[in-house]
This record gives sequence, C-alpha cells and structure tokens, in this order.
Amino acid sequence: MDAPTQQEASSSAIEIGEITKMIAEKKGCGSGRAGCGSQASRNDLPAETWEKVKNHPCYSEEAHHHYARMHVAVAPACNIKCNYCNRKYDCANESRPGVVSERLTPEQAAKKVVAVASTIPQMTVLGIAGPGDPLANPEKTFKTFELVRGAAPDLKLCLSTNGLALPDHIDTITKFNVDHVTITINMIDPVIGAKIYPWIFYKHKRYTGIQAAKILTDRQLQGLEMLAARGVLCKVNSVMIPGINDRHLLEVNKAVKSRGAFLHNIMPLISSPEHGTVFGLNGQRGPTARELKALQDGCEGEMRMMRHCRQCRADAVGLLGEDRRAEFTTEEIMEMNVKYDVESRKGYQAKIEEERAAKTAAERADLTKRADNGSDLKLLVAVATKGAGLINEHFGHAKEFQVYELSSGGAKFVGHRRIDLYCQGGYAEEGCLATIIGAISDCHAVFIAKIGGRPRAELIKAGVEPVDQYAHEPIDKATIAWFEAYLDRVNSGTIQHEERGDAAIRPRALTSAA
Amino acid sequence: MPFKIIASQCTGCSACEPECPNVAIAEKGGTFVIDPKKCTECIGHFDEPQCVAVCPVDNTCVIDTSLARYQEPA
Ligand code: SF4
Ligand code: SF4
Ligand code: SF4
Repeated sequence: MDAPTQQEASSSAIEIGEITKMIAEKKGCGSGRAGCGSQASRNDLPAETWEKVKNHPCYSEEAHHHYARMHVAVAPACNIKCNYCNRKYDCANESRPGVVSERLTPEQAAKKVVAVASTIPQMTVLGIAGPGDPLANPEKTFKTFELVRGAAPDLKLCLSTNGLALPDHIDTITKFNVDHVTITINMIDPVIGAKIYPWIFYKHKRYTGIQAAKILTDRQLQGLEMLAARGVLCKVNSVMIPGINDRHLLEVNKAVKSRGAFLHNIMPLISSPEHGTVFGLNGQRGPTARELKALQDGCEGEMRMMRHCRQCRADAVGLLGEDRRAEFTTEEIMEMNVKYDVESRKGYQAKIEEERAAKTAAERADLTKRADNGSDLKLLVAVATKGAGLINEHFGHAKEFQVYELSSGGAKFVGHRRIDLYCQGGYAEEGCLATIIGAISDCHAVFIAKIGGRPRAELIKAGVEPVDQYAHEPIDKATIAWFEAYLDRVNSGTIQHEERGDAAIRPRALTSAA
Repeated sequence: MPFKIIASQCTGCSACEPECPNVAIAEKGGTFVIDPKKCTECIGHFDEPQCVAVCPVDNTCVIDTSLARYQEPA
C-alpha cells in the first residue's frame, strides 16, 4: 500500500517555526504586500491577464462579490486515485465538501446552464470540475462545452483536471475557446507523489507507486506548458497535506510559476474519518489556519496566491458563498422554456461594472489617504460580511468570517473561515459557540454588525474583542481605524499586545495533531 | 469466464464503461453491469482487464470463477 502511515506522516510533520524560517531564508519575508484585500488585483497581473480574469468570481477576490459561477457535473469517471478522495461521494481535487446531488447528460447540463444564466444575469462562468476528472470522460465534457458555446456564447468556460490526460486534449480545449484551466498539482517529486496517489490508469494499464507519480507529474507539467504556450490561462490548485507535501509545495509553486501558471491556490486538506478517504481513515490531519497562511505567505513572493477559494461544491450555483442550487432542479429546468438574451445580460453586467468602478475609485482615494503609522505590528481580525466589502452580518447569522491581516500597509484579505459546517445539526448552542470561537481564535478582534450578550461575553473571555461600532461600514476603513486605535492603546499602555494562538480551519482538523 | 460488477460497491462513476473493448458494460439503475456474453476478460486486447484496472473501488469488478489467467494473485 502506498498510503503513508500515520507515524510517517506525523514524524515528518512540519513545525510552524520551521516553515516561517524557511520562508524567511528563501525570500526575506512573506509579507509586506500593502493594499486592499483583492487577490489577483489589477496591480499585479499583466493587463491582458487581468482583462481575462477580472469578471471571474473564482479568480478575482474582487469579482466574486459581483459575478456568479456555475458548475455542472457531467463526467464522474476518473483515471487516478487520490488518497484524499472517496469517489463514493465526490472529488476533493477541485473543491466541494458535500456531494453532487445529480449527474447530468451533456444536453441536460447545457439546458440547465442556459436557464440559470438567463435567471442570474451576473453568471459569467461555467465550470466543469468533477466529481471525477472531466478529461477522463472527454466526450461528455466537450459535448457540454460545445452545446453551451452554441447556446450561450458570452459565458466563460472553465475546466479542472488532474492533468493526466491533459496533453492529449490541448487542441480540443483551444478549439472550444476554454478560458481557464485548473490543474491540481500536489507534487513534482514522485517519491512524495507516491504517498498521495496510490495508482493511476494510463494507456490501458494501472501503474502504482513512484512509477505512477512520475508519469502523473510529467503529464501535468507538460500539459501546463502546452496550455501556457497557447495562451490559455492556467491556475494550479494544490492540496496542503501536513507532513507529506507542505514543505514541498514551495518547490511546486516555483515549478508551476516557471511553466506559466498565473495563479496558485493552496487549499487545506479536509480530512475526517467519516469521509471514508484513505487519509481520513489513517488519521492524516489537515493544516491549521496558521500553517496554511505561513505556506501561502511563503509562496506569495513567487506569484499571486489565491486565498478566497471556498472549496465549493462541484455543482454549486450562484455567487461564491451562496448556493442557489435548490432553485434549479433538473425537473423544473427541463420543463422551462428559456430565452437566452445576450443583450440584456450585457446591459446588466455593464451596470455592475459602473458600480464597481465607482467603488474602486473611492477605495483608491481612501488608500492614498491612509498614513503609514510606522509600526511593524501585524495582527489578524475576523469580519462578518454578506459581501459588498461591508461589515454587515450578525455574529449569529454568519456562515463564514473573512480574515484580514492588519499592518501599517493596510488591511489585507488573507482567507476565510467557514463555520456553517460546525453548527449543522447535532450541536448544542454552547458547543457551537465554542467551535466558532475556535475557528477565529488566531484573531484579535471580530467585526460584526450586531452581537448578542452571551457570545459577546464568551468572545471577550476567549480574548477576541467583539467590535460592532463599525456596523455597515466598509471593511478596509473600519479595520484600519480600529487598528490605529489599537496601536494607540498599546502605545499609551492601556492594553498590552499579545500574540494569539492558532485556529482550526475545519472541524477535527486539529484532533490528530501530534 | 466473464467479469461481473458487484452492484453494492459500484459508485456508478462510469469509468469502466468506455474502457471496455467489447462494449460489454452498461448502466442499469445508477450502477453498471457487465454483459457476460460480451466480456472476454480483455484477452487479445489488453494485458489487464480494463474494468478492473480503472475501477476506483477495489474488488468491485471481479471474475466469477478462477481462470488460468487469474490463478496467481495479482
Ligand atoms: S482526481 Fe478527483 S476524482 Fe479523481 S481521485 Fe483525485 S480527487 Fe478523486
Ligand atoms: S474484463 Fe474487459 S471485456 Fe470484460 S467487462 Fe471488463 S473491460 Fe469489458
Ligand atoms: S468503474 Fe467501478 S465504480 Fe465505476 S461504474 Fe465501473 S464498476 Fe462502478
């Protein structure tokens, strides 16, 4: 069996201090990027690339407030086996805790896409991601693209793949004008790969161990190079598996950057025994919030990192962080008589762009006003938001918190902590509150629109300051104002600055930590 | 001797279906089944039975009885 045992995994588990040190040695410091929270913002991408991704909710942190995406599951077959996947349920490769509720034929999928895009004019992106590998079943995947290209020519098409079959399909991908391809690359060293992939199916044979991983990494990198050479935007996803590929992902980051990937999305391993994956069953833990951030910071000097990924379901519909899947059941859609109106969609999107431009101009003006306070203090805060860059969610209603790093450079978006999973059924209110606090316990404060007396008291007890005086104000401005007041309090001796601890990314992420 | 698919283990992923050189595999109520009349164990086509090699769930595509080709443990 190629799966690593738990002992192996934990004995080589990386120390957080060590990774920070490695990062420091490598490139000075993984920080200091000033500015607003937009990952992949217009400032650090070539103009041409920015033009392609600016309305893509998954690639632009800024766009995800404005534009929606949709995934359809048409091709559940796969040609490799990943230790973090249990295909009885879903493909963990791209995204998605949770299962797809239905598998569609290409015809059904195309009809659904058209129906959804007519109802949600801000839907700009159709992705085929899984479960399974879309290129393990290329006929269905490309048939879907063909039908959608014909019926809804303004939609952007995306494809996610494990990369094994990618080099064989470059021409077809270019032919259908696929805008973006995501390749999941977890290693470039087959020895490490053998701990992640027990086998692959390639050219009518099953390969195992290092031989399998070698074929896989060669094909992935070759596919990436070929796409980059044709000018197709390529994002790389990596799953961070503590003790197996955590250090190694710094190398992966360099390798994929040099081959033309424009964005790297490092996602935490989600692993618990009830998922029934090899990793879940052998006790392989996922990273903590701090470990994940240290690695993302470490890669950031090399290339843009993506931090707002919600690891959403393979059949998600709507804006990131919301799911309108239930509104579009296949039965209803097959009965619908849809008229696809490109012009009215364009008009709607033009309005979005206007609002967005006004907001960006205001933000810029605000940024230039912001004084450098000269402190080298950095801390994290959590924000409850429904979007639009505002602090506009009640503590008790929040399904996730956005996390910002505050420093003299401004407020930088560094990630989000989902909490809906914690509180689904089963939990008493009290246990629920404790797990919410556990998810943001690396933060010095939590910004909310409103909060009840008991959670307020519990947060204070846990050392997280609940801040509600900036209700409905812009996140950037409010957090910086609070940060400046915080520095004043520290300087005047009213409070003492203390480092915070670590936080859990997902339930049970910490239980098997040595 | 043909292969069969243990329905209770099949995820319905459809990976096996296009790999079968004899078009012996088809969907039936969410899972997949092998037509015993069409299955040749891939002999003459490939070194390994394709449905076994591609199936993500071990021991789901199995042979009914032991045949010369499968006397040795794989
Ligand atoms: S590529 Fe996706 S579907 Fe295939 S084994 Fe890996 S995670 Fe699962
Ligand atoms: S063994 Fe070969 S011929 Fe028989 S069902 Fe499987 S793939 Fe088809
Ligand atoms: S590959 Fe295995 S799990 Fe998938 S459909 Fe065929 S028998 Fe079922």
